[in-house]
Amino acid sequence: MSYRNDPYDPKQVALLDPAALAEAVADATKAFTAAADPDALTALRSVHLGDRSPVSLARREIGALPPAAKSDAGKRVNEARRAIEAAYADRAEVVEREQAERVLVEERVDVTLPFNRRPRGARHPLSVLMESISDLFVGMGYEVAEGPEVDLEWVNFDALNIPADHPARGLMDTFHIAPEGSGLVLRTHTSTVQTRTMLSRKPPIYVIVPGRVYRTDEIDATHSPVFHQAEGLVVDKGITMAHLRGTLDHFARAMFGPEAKTRWRPHYFPFTEPSAEFDVWFPEHRDGPQWVEWGGCGMVNPRVLRACGVDPEVYSGFAFGMGIDRTLMVRHGVSDIRHLFEGDVRFSRALGTGA
Amino acid sequence: MRVSVSWLREYVDLPADLPTGDLEQALVDLGIEVESVVDLRESVTGQLVVGEVREIEELTGFKKPIRFCRVDVGAANGTGEPQEIVCGARNFAVGDRVVVILPGGVLPGGFAIGARKTYGHNSAGMICSAKELGLGDDHSGIIVLPPDGSAKPGDDARPVVGLDDVVFELEITPDRGYALSLRGLARELSHAFDVPLHDPGMAPAPGGTPTPAYPVEVRDTVGCDRYTARLVRGVDPNAPTPSWMAQRLVTAGIRSISLPVDITNYVMLELGQPMHAFDADRIAGPLVVRRAEAGEKLTTLDGVNRVLTADDMVICDDTGPISLAAVMGGETSEVDTGVTTNVLFEAAHWDPAMVGRTARRHKLFSEAAKRWERGVDPAVALVALERAVRLLTEHGGGTPSAEILDIDHVRPRTPITLPADLPTRRVGVEYPPARVVALLERVGCTVAQGADRLSEDPGAVGVASGAQVALSVTPPTWRPDLTDPADLVEEVVRLDGYDRVPSVLPTAPPGRGLTPRQRRRRAVANSLAERGYVEVLAHPFVSPELADQLGLPTDDSRRPAVRLANPLSEEEPLLRTTLLGPLLGILKRNLGRGHRDLALYEIGAVFHPRLGAGSPPAMGVDRRPTDAEFAAADAVVPAQPVHVAAVLTGDLDPAGWWGAGRPAGWADAIETARDVLDAAGVTGERVEVRAAEYAPWHPGRCAEVRVDDAVIGHAGELHPTVVAALELPRRTCALELDLDALPPTPVTPAPTVSGFPPALIDVALVVDDSVPAEQVRRALEAGAGELLEDVRLFDVYSGAQLGEGRRSLAYKLTFRAPDRTLTVEEAVAARDAAVAVAAERLGATLRGA
Repeated sequence: MSYRNDPYDPKQVALLDPAALAEAVADATKAFTAAADPDALTALRSVHLGDRSPVSLARREIGALPPAAKSDAGKRVNEARRAIEAAYADRAEVVEREQAERVLVEERVDVTLPFNRRPRGARHPLSVLMESISDLFVGMGYEVAEGPEVDLEWVNFDALNIPADHPARGLMDTFHIAPEGSGLVLRTHTSTVQTRTMLSRKPPIYVIVPGRVYRTDEIDATHSPVFHQAEGLVVDKGITMAHLRGTLDHFARAMFGPEAKTRWRPHYFPFTEPSAEFDVWFPEHRDGPQWVEWGGCGMVNPRVLRACGVDPEVYSGFAFGMGIDRTLMVRHGVSDIRHLFEGDVRFSRALGTGA
Repeated sequence: MRVSVSWLREYVDLPADLPTGDLEQALVDLGIEVESVVDLRESVTGQLVVGEVREIEELTGFKKPIRFCRVDVGAANGTGEPQEIVCGARNFAVGDRVVVILPGGVLPGGFAIGARKTYGHNSAGMICSAKELGLGDDHSGIIVLPPDGSAKPGDDARPVVGLDDVVFELEITPDRGYALSLRGLARELSHAFDVPLHDPGMAPAPGGTPTPAYPVEVRDTVGCDRYTARLVRGVDPNAPTPSWMAQRLVTAGIRSISLPVDITNYVMLELGQPMHAFDADRIAGPLVVRRAEAGEKLTTLDGVNRVLTADDMVICDDTGPISLAAVMGGETSEVDTGVTTNVLFEAAHWDPAMVGRTARRHKLFSEAAKRWERGVDPAVALVALERAVRLLTEHGGGTPSAEILDIDHVRPRTPITLPADLPTRRVGVEYPPARVVALLERVGCTVAQGADRLSEDPGAVGVASGAQVALSVTPPTWRPDLTDPADLVEEVVRLDGYDRVPSVLPTAPPGRGLTPRQRRRRAVANSLAERGYVEVLAHPFVSPELADQLGLPTDDSRRPAVRLANPLSEEEPLLRTTLLGPLLGILKRNLGRGHRDLALYEIGAVFHPRLGAGSPPAMGVDRRPTDAEFAAADAVVPAQPVHVAAVLTGDLDPAGWWGAGRPAGWADAIETARDVLDAAGVTGERVEVRAAEYAPWHPGRCAEVRVDDAVIGHAGELHPTVVAALELPRRTCALELDLDALPPTPVTPAPTVSGFPPALIDVALVVDDSVPAEQVRRALEAGAGELLEDVRLFDVYSGAQLGEGRRSLAYKLTFRAPDRTLTVEEAVAARDAAVAVAAERLGATLRGA
């Protein structure tokens, strides 16, 4: 069909009628508003704006109009079309927004599902504590010294002023290495590293020695044949017991909080003279604030300095040692030392992070 | 040592109203550890009164004889009427005074006393035995008070039976033998409270007489530098030990045996002088004090027949050894109740080292040996002898001999030279010289001034020369522990108060931080924890069977192990040579506790003996050993490299709501080994993984990890036999690396990071099954040249079309140039070069070519 040659027929151009166009706009707007989602809306586009839609058909009828009427009719059709497109766009924005919102609701998940897809590892709490003690002293300029766990009796005892027949040697509950006369023991204290450090380097010496030590204690809730100590040794000119106290107070505050302080009780250690045992005031103890036995300390016995080649006329020093296991147990309220060595993953996982 | 406060008060004028807590604190401040304080006044609550038995009605018809008693308790029961009490004991009669606890009272152990009907009678209260009151073990009958006592019925019975006292249990450090006596403790407390001391060790005592009390010859005056003795004849052999003495012995934990023996123990507690009592009629001929002959035999008082060594000292008569000197007497000359009438008391002084060795050798840690080892005052022997003789004649009659034996070879103490300012310099508290002198004199030292003494004392330790004032200090005879200036410094600071030492932080010189080795261990430990492994710390003790369970070959270097001479468990006398034994034990414990999916690791030392190294050379302590001397000794110390080991079982990635899990396998163990090296800073071409056969791993699933061509460990799946022997889950995997064998981490050169796009080319190579993928990768890398950025194996395929015994390895090759976009031709040329090397080295062919 060729519109161009079609004669004007009012019936044929009924669609151009303003009322008809207005109706088309109203129909379209109504239909768009009823569309619930973008898909439904998209389907309506061809109905109201496609080739067979009333406004498109009306445009075709323009050709059938007399030239004088064309301009007016064209304007009318265009206005109707713009109105429908605007209604479409408005509705599209609404349904797309609604759809986006609906998706956010529909995609909701249970964020409380357990996320244990990657099993959690952990350091051993004693390792963590030993490292934090090391870090504290490294921060003060100390170095971390080490020594073998099986060591010479001479290093463990003789050089530390514990002669063979001294009762203090008997009190150490020592593991001896076979055969008899091997001259070797499992070190009973980290003080072996005092000996080795003084033999191998010259003062000034500022070292911290975290490590594993051994005594022939049967295993129970408070005893283990294997346990851990941290030993501090300072040898320098003009070192006094006041320096020892200052160091222990600083250490105590780092381990047990800013309110912590130390208290000394005279004691006997063959390798220090004067000697003391020290307690620490722990405000956050699980049984309430109290003094807790922490370790032993003293001024390095000049006999030890001499056996290790340090001139006691020139240098003096202090040494201290404390149980790391005990520190951990007090800080965290661990009631049974066996938990530290049984290796149950629940224990390390609970305490083996952070410091 | 357990002592009662009332006994202490006999020697030191403690304040009358001294609170127990103050006394405890004073002891602690003096360096005497208080193990426990038992306040006997609080041990029995309610009314504990003296009663007088008025009537006894014997009840019959029960399983045992029972008495129904009426006991006068004065007005204590509120009525004044006799108290009706049923009692099972029979050791009392009408008119006896007894100890009664009235209803409402509570005995030690929480035993509440009430009024009840028993054996057909009302019983209101209880007549007490010593054991029921916590006063000892005597439960043979109730306490019958001595008739001469002043206590009246209804009086508080506590003072009468010694329940008005406080008992301290003290731990004495091994340097202070003198504090193992009332004398020493009283002296210490007199310092603390600044109150008068009545030193029983200074009591007058007659000296030795020219004629000995008994013929004695001391042949070794080093082992025995003093020997005193006195005889008491005609003692009542049945004389009982007075109750107050027995009570104090029991409190101290010493059993009452017989009057003469109890007296020796009592004097030991009082004066610190261990003594011995011989039955003089059971000694044949003169006594000889000498070293034992090796192999000599003696049956000691505990009934043990002992073989002696030449280091022990013995006291002999004509029959041979009759006493193991200083440690324990012999059976043959023992004092016997009911028999012995002539008692020879001995108070000697022995070499502490000798006693210590003898006590340890014979495992005889008697109260006497404990004191000898820790030092006994050599000057107190005659005082002790006199005290013992007086106690014996007072309570057992008899006549002391006029003769007193005293063989004295004790050498006088050498003065110690102490610069007066040494305490100030060592402690950091200003002690004026006068204060130093006063404190030292208080502990019993004799102090003289004068620098002229310096040159006389070449043995001085730790004294700076050039001090302004030098003190010449002679310690008292009861302080053998004071030998060095440092010991005197301790006395000064101890008596002045440790709490006066100020708090001053020293300034350390700049440190160098952690060593590379220490940093590496931390990096490895942290990386394993981040990868889901849990760190454990195992005991290093292992059984000899472990080597077999792990299937170690007979010549394996992990078989020779360091052996403990005194293991806690005879089943585990060895120290680990591999971390895996103890670690697998912990794995098993976790499995036993219901854990299924486990990844554990440990970083720790293993112990390899120096075979044939022998004993270390002897080294003294009077000087530093030379470097050569110490090196020779150090060469005996076992090698103790630090290893890292990990074990895996169950799912590595757990199953869950997200889907299925992934079991841990051999590949995870090997990957973890690579991760460890990565964390240790050892990467790239220095690391090589090869197939290996090495126990305890599965021979087809074991990788040998090499760094710079040296084997540093193994990883893979454990051998099925090992898994079965150790009762572990199938396919348990493990790795172990020697961290100390790793070379130092070099400074790593930076990579070239190109901003130009990569060219990706896939290539599938067909090789023999026997060709390790690692070698294919290395060949591709060698052939591709510098343009190659990455090689990634993304598929392994074998199938019939490839032919038997062949497999296809598909790689994604990433090429990139630092300065331009690669052309296709360049990338293809590099790929071809890579394939060519793989073909040449390994016979690889392009799949589909």
